[in-house]
Amino acid sequence: MGMDMSSRLRRFHQARWDEPIIYELSTEGERGLLVPEVEEEIEEAVGDGVSKIPECMRRKRPPNPPQLSQPEVLRHYLRLSQETLGADLNIDVGQGTCTMKYSPKVNEELARSAKVTELHPLQDEDTVQGILEIMYKMDLFLREISGLDQFSFQPGGGAQALFAIASIIRAYHQDRGETQRDEIITTIFSHPVNAAAAAVAGFKVITLYPDEDGYPDIQALKAAVSERTAGLMITNPEDTGIFNPRIAEFTWIVHEAGGLCSYDQANANGILGITRAKEAGFDLCFFNLHKTFSSPHGCGGPAVGALGVTRELARYLPRPTVEFDGRKYRLNYDMPHSIGKVRSFYGAVPVVLRAYAWVMSLGAEGLREVAEIAVLNNNYLLKKVREIPGASAPYARGRHRMEQVRYSFEELARETGVGTEDVQRRMFDFGVHYWTSHHPWVVPEPFTLEPTESYSRKELDEYVAILRHVAREAYTDPDKVRNAPYNSVVHKIDHAALDDPSRWAVTWRAYLKKVKGR
Amino acid sequence: MAHPYIPNSAPRVKAEMLREIGVSSVEELYADIPESLRFKGEMNLPEPLRSECELRRHVEGILAKNKTCQEYLNFLGAGCWQHYVPAVCDEINRRAEFLTAYGGEPYEDHGRFQALFEYASMMGELVDMDVVNVPTYDWAQAASTSLRMAARITGRKQLLLPRIMSPDRLSVIRNYCQPDLEVTLVDYHRDTGQLNLDDLREKLSSQTAAVYFENPSYLGFIESQGEEISALAHQHGALCVVGVDPISLGVLAPPSAYGADIVCGELQPLGIHMQYGGGLSGFIATRDEERFVAEYPSRLFGLAPTVVEGEYGFGDVLFERTSFALRERGKEFVGTATALWGITAGVYLALLGPDGMQELGKGIMQRSQYAMKRLSQIKGLRVPAFGSAHFKEFVVDFNASGKTVAEANRALLERGIFGGKDLSAEFPQLGQCALYCVTEVHTKADIDRLADALQDCLR
Repeated sequence: MGMDMSSRLRRFHQARWDEPIIYELSTEGERGLLVPEVEEEIEEAVGDGVSKIPECMRRKRPPNPPQLSQPEVLRHYLRLSQETLGADLNIDVGQGTCTMKYSPKVNEELARSAKVTELHPLQDEDTVQGILEIMYKMDLFLREISGLDQFSFQPGGGAQALFAIASIIRAYHQDRGETQRDEIITTIFSHPVNAAAAAVAGFKVITLYPDEDGYPDIQALKAAVSERTAGLMITNPEDTGIFNPRIAEFTWIVHEAGGLCSYDQANANGILGITRAKEAGFDLCFFNLHKTFSSPHGCGGPAVGALGVTRELARYLPRPTVEFDGRKYRLNYDMPHSIGKVRSFYGAVPVVLRAYAWVMSLGAEGLREVAEIAVLNNNYLLKKVREIPGASAPYARGRHRMEQVRYSFEELARETGVGTEDVQRRMFDFGVHYWTSHHPWVVPEPFTLEPTESYSRKELDEYVAILRHVAREAYTDPDKVRNAPYNSVVHKIDHAALDDPSRWAVTWRAYLKKVKGR
Repeated sequence: MAHPYIPNSAPRVKAEMLREIGVSSVEELYADIPESLRFKGEMNLPEPLRSECELRRHVEGILAKNKTCQEYLNFLGAGCWQHYVPAVCDEINRRAEFLTAYGGEPYEDHGRFQALFEYASMMGELVDMDVVNVPTYDWAQAASTSLRMAARITGRKQLLLPRIMSPDRLSVIRNYCQPDLEVTLVDYHRDTGQLNLDDLREKLSSQTAAVYFENPSYLGFIESQGEEISALAHQHGALCVVGVDPISLGVLAPPSAYGADIVCGELQPLGIHMQYGGGLSGFIATRDEERFVAEYPSRLFGLAPTVVEGEYGFGDVLFERTSFALRERGKEFVGTATALWGITAGVYLALLGPDGMQELGKGIMQRSQYAMKRLSQIKGLRVPAFGSAHFKEFVVDFNASGKTVAEANRALLERGIFGGKDLSAEFPQLGQCALYCVTEVHTKADIDRLADALQDCLR
């Protein structure tokens, strides 16, 4: 049955190239790429081209990128890639809330086909029927998965989807003449952008905190709603992995007060095919196609926050939407009530394509299997992590969780003085990620694990073994943990300069001026 | 049958794990979801294609219906442009380590931080500014955020934007700046496209937070009054915000040279495929002053020392600004956007170097001037429609040709050519005009083919 990974630790060491900053590798006169020369006839016809630029608009000093040959550029960046821990290389259960699942390679190849990459967004519709078909059908899939009625792929990530949602809520109330509705209600365990995007859209934000059981406080919600309520923007299950069984009461309360309800389904990995936005009474939702739907995270994008709404709200969607008349797919700009655009063109289309291929590889039953195994893995991990000294899983005692858990090392910190950020750095010595949580830390010394469906039991055992080892080490050799990492790419970082205007350096030229005095 | 993407779907493992948890079925794990919320139907999705072979055949079959800019000769631009993408750019952005990384710390993801720091460093050199953000979604978002930053810095609410900027981009800005800020459009000179400074003077006031314009402009001409515009803005205590296509900066002056306080723009030309508009990525750059840095919503990666002498570490500069730290009290919001394209743009700039950027800019100027010259010889066309210098794009006026742009484009399409963007819906005041784009990918033969085809279909 293979190797038992529940106690074995790898003798891991990450690549450490000690790689210079690219400017330090520059040598005058080297070239990484030649550009095509202009034909003589063109030169004869128009001259050097640049003397047409008005004097005041000509570049006086040449720009100053570094000068490197092509193989040096390649080697430099390959070294940097080796110094980056992609999900493809590790047991990536440590980046909770991020749904670090497997991104199938075949989908990557399809997304990188010239039939996708070499399309201009303004081509005649007859020449892009294939990609429009994919977008339209993905919309149909998400309607099934959510129960809502139409989707837009324009938002370039969850944050932009939340902003689009706040914009739609604003437009809806404006159309009804209810401009006094200027409050959005959210919860502290919903992603911070629910609050932040609502504020940018002009709303006052009311944040609900959990009750003793870890659920958003329903009494607080009742007290918060009024004729000023524009909407509720909430996650369920929240970052704690606890499913709020009274969610339909929440949406009912807000609807009764005249508000709309938005479901942050950035991460829907534990409930695909199990429960939907529609049944819980939501008017809007979004899915992150780079999370639940397997498109790779790309160091932080490109991404899509697929935004879904009920029929009543469809007219507010960003334009254009993709429509099908039974014969031809087309882009529909005729949407006078649309909030306009949130992004140029139609969104990160290759991300939609990967998500389409992923759904096609699973079908309805497969999607449900994804959810069930993600939840199975999570509860398996929960049982194992609870057995680790100093670790706990606050709230919902004795209950099961959905796709992730927000754990606490409060006891570990109290007993050893080693906090969750120390544990985090030590985990890197074993080649895995470990994320604490967004601020504020309502759960003390938090960490958030989300195993998705993509890791085997052996791999989950291995992750737990690493975590257990680090926790034990906190008791036996706390300084070892505090001064970590040792086997990661770099050693413990001094962050003080990053908040000091006289020392921070966001570019190499700033660093040379401020730190090196050049 | 176990699904290849789902290791623990193997029946025996699944059973053992359930036993370990102490439940008899997965269903028990869902006990918290009440019956009334359960989805009882069957999702109406197609039968899955579980083998990779079938899946690939299916998707490729659909994609085969597309006609690409490799198969057709393309002259479309207008916010997404066909440039040559060096092989090394794709080699780097498809590396599994970068492609599948996400939000790790500057230890195990040191390479991601360094690559994005270097991207910012090279962009900083190109725009001649000291601070550049981790990329946002696209130029439209970069402009929107730049304008909100300007409003916070000045404590004012009025924004002045050019009347003939991209309506697509303007639509994003309008929605993003509601309800706090007020957008006012400034007129242009009909013959040159240049911003009407009299109108600007009239509209500038002590309420103006920012004057925004673009170089090259949406319609391709170079706005050459940069210094006058920024001086006027500054006289009124407003900031000057300039949007720029960075691929022009080998030959065009960086906006900071003519007084820009905040520079933003689009990274897609720098080594990123068009991807049906999915390759967009926006940047913002400023001087290294605390009042600017403190207003960025984006992440800013900075160099930091480690406990080992001489070792480079990285981290977030002034993280407390962000919505990650402060929720609704942070600066706007930050989240997943387009980091991979930032890394790619860095690779591109490193490959091109100073000479490459200058030669590329020059070649684009020459080719687009040649195209303007050739097209202007066609009876019925007026090219360029605006009497200014242009970079990469220019407006072709079809009003005297007896044909609409739509008709001309249909005829071109039949000849395997994607003609320029029809501007008649966006700018009715221009009548029948089209925006053409010529880059380094076009040869003399390509341009001649376009000219011959246009001549032919306008006959």
